[in-house]
Amino acid sequence: MYIYNDFDAEFVRDRVRQFRGQVEKRIDGSLTEDEFKPLRLMNGLYLQLHAYMLRVAIPYGSLDAAKMRQLAFIADKWDKGYGHFTTRQNIQFNWPLLKDVPDMLDALADVGMHAIQTSGNCVRNVTADHFAGAASDEIEDPRPTAELLRQWSTDHPEFQFLPRKFKIAITGSPNDRAVTKAHDIGIRMVRNENDQPGYEIIVGGGLGRSPFIGKVLREFLPKAELLPYIEAVLQVYNLEGRRDNKYKARIKILVHEAGLDEIRGSVEETFARTLAEFKKPSDELVDQITTYFNPPEFNNIQSHAYEEALETDPVLRSFVETNVAEHKNPAYGIVTISTKPIGGTPGDVTSDQMRLIADLAEKYSHNEVRISHEQNAVLPHVRKADIPLVHAALKAVGLATANIGLISDIIACPGMDYCALATARSIPIAQEISTRFDELKLEKEIGELRIKISGCINACGHHHVGHIGILGLDKAGVENYQITLGGDATQTMALGERAGPGFAAEELLPALERLLNRYLEIRECSDEIFLETYRRLGPQPFQQALYPEEEKYAA
Amino acid sequence: MPVIIKDGKFVEDQFLAAGGGFIQLDKLSLSTHGLEPQHTGVDVPNDTKPEALAGLLNSVEAIRIPFPSFADGRGFSIAKKLRRMDFNGLLRAQGNVLADQYPLTLRSGFNEVEIPNEQAGRQPQAQWSDAIGRVNNNYLDRLKGADQAA
Repeated sequence: MYIYNDFDAEFVRDRVRQFRGQVEKRIDGSLTEDEFKPLRLMNGLYLQLHAYMLRVAIPYGSLDAAKMRQLAFIADKWDKGYGHFTTRQNIQFNWPLLKDVPDMLDALADVGMHAIQTSGNCVRNVTADHFAGAASDEIEDPRPTAELLRQWSTDHPEFQFLPRKFKIAITGSPNDRAVTKAHDIGIRMVRNENDQPGYEIIVGGGLGRSPFIGKVLREFLPKAELLPYIEAVLQVYNLEGRRDNKYKARIKILVHEAGLDEIRGSVEETFARTLAEFKKPSDELVDQITTYFNPPEFNNIQSHAYEEALETDPVLRSFVETNVAEHKNPAYGIVTISTKPIGGTPGDVTSDQMRLIADLAEKYSHNEVRISHEQNAVLPHVRKADIPLVHAALKAVGLATANIGLISDIIACPGMDYCALATARSIPIAQEISTRFDELKLEKEIGELRIKISGCINACGHHHVGHIGILGLDKAGVENYQITLGGDATQTMALGERAGPGFAAEELLPALERLLNRYLEIRECSDEIFLETYRRLGPQPFQQALYPEEEKYAA
Repeated sequence: MPVIIKDGKFVEDQFLAAGGGFIQLDKLSLSTHGLEPQHTGVDVPNDTKPEALAGLLNSVEAIRIPFPSFADGRGFSIAKKLRRMDFNGLLRAQGNVLADQYPLTLRSGFNEVEIPNEQAGRQPQAQWSDAIGRVNNNYLDRLKGADQAA
């Protein structure tokens, strides 16, 4: 876990001091809301439908117990006792009062956290694989690079007023859990033919109203050249990205309109100049950062407690099947804590739950917690022998839902209940789906299925890359839900295809039931997941299930 | 009269006072302005590709780049790029630059800022001299090894 040095600490405090002055000027009327807006956005403060919303960065999704407890404290003291984990490893507090926000930021600074650059047209919170440093398939821990990028992008003089916001994600595993291909820049840690470490740089991915899968801009970038190269990409974007239309201002549109080769040429030319002036960070600084992410001292004492508990406790067995992933140390497991109990709000965690997660992290996970873009919490380093204890503790507070990767592990944006942009509700839809398929007892039978729900075309719920994507729209004052099929958020990224006309809210559940019953009928075997069946057979059988009336006409 | 901000202070336009003048980029090529190179300034629109200026960097003393809105940050990258192209003359940011953005302009390579008189009334000198305190001691300089002290 990265720990702030004096410089980091002073920088963050100084920003809080500045913002406190700006809030005072806003409250006494010397700043209008229009003048205040860019200033509050630089500090993660949005104005939503019902209230202000403060978005706090969880850099590359990493927390420790002290940070988690502080989030719980903030939720209790200045919010309604809970927080909402987002799809970009942030936490949002939905009910702060303006006058309290500087105190909230000071409380964050007390534990080395901040809300800087969580909004505005700048480089946003850098996200990373939530299994970083733990996953068995990892080539290299991406977090030191993510921290380097955090430092580089924070208060970067050229890039605070870009054409539009800019999102970077990084993975150190070939199995992409960080959705790198849907980011403005996606970074994959790779090795070249001489086994030297470096990065593959992907550019121009994004969801939103014009979804694009990112394209490879540079197949291999030597590790030491990362910052000048990323700076070159941003400089090209800052100068050439469109500013005439907010909806065409992301780098994906520039790459699409100019063409990948043209952009690559501009970047390489700029990079040559940048490299000449941009001295690489000193080895000392890089080593210092890297040290913070050294693996913990694992306890490898053998024990049969785990195997024995698995044999006798079917509830634990079911939890382990879905919520425990393979750790690089065979004596350990990665435990994902679902924030999605049946019928609950994806991503919402109460202060009591936060404190319990903090306790478990301290006791059983080498003081580490991660927040995933799927809005779940992760205990990355749990000794297998301790997993039964962790499970029992989670069960006691309703956090042991065994549904990771299943139909009720839904990504949903906040939707119309909390977001000023949304055109339809998304959280209630997620709740209905999870409740219904639990009643039908079909969740385990259906197996791996990624449902993602967005409440508007901006696609914060990642619906384009859901195996089943649901997009809520407003059709003449009535909520209408479009279904896309076949999306994939991983290294084999695909954008879902629209199945046909949308459904009214009350028609949506029956349609999904028909769709998934059809899947169960036509899958080759119980191991063939929905996405594979879709890829094998194409959309037709699923469209027939969704629109049975039209099938009759056709017949 | 616009106001020039240099080293955090409101000052007179020293470039103009010394006999300099600014010519629009598209008029400069006609070479009819009659100014000596050391008195020649050029107004460069912020949608200009900095590479296109390579040929004139040695024959002008000053480059002025407009900020049509404080949210349009192209000027920062143009300035940085011109410095990387070894332009050593005067770089001036002109227009909608907020006092809070002053450190960004200096760190991108500008020497000074020119704002309308009306804006100078709303953002008095104290705000600019305050802001200059945030120029040094930043993440980027630390990463580039300019400050290894911490």
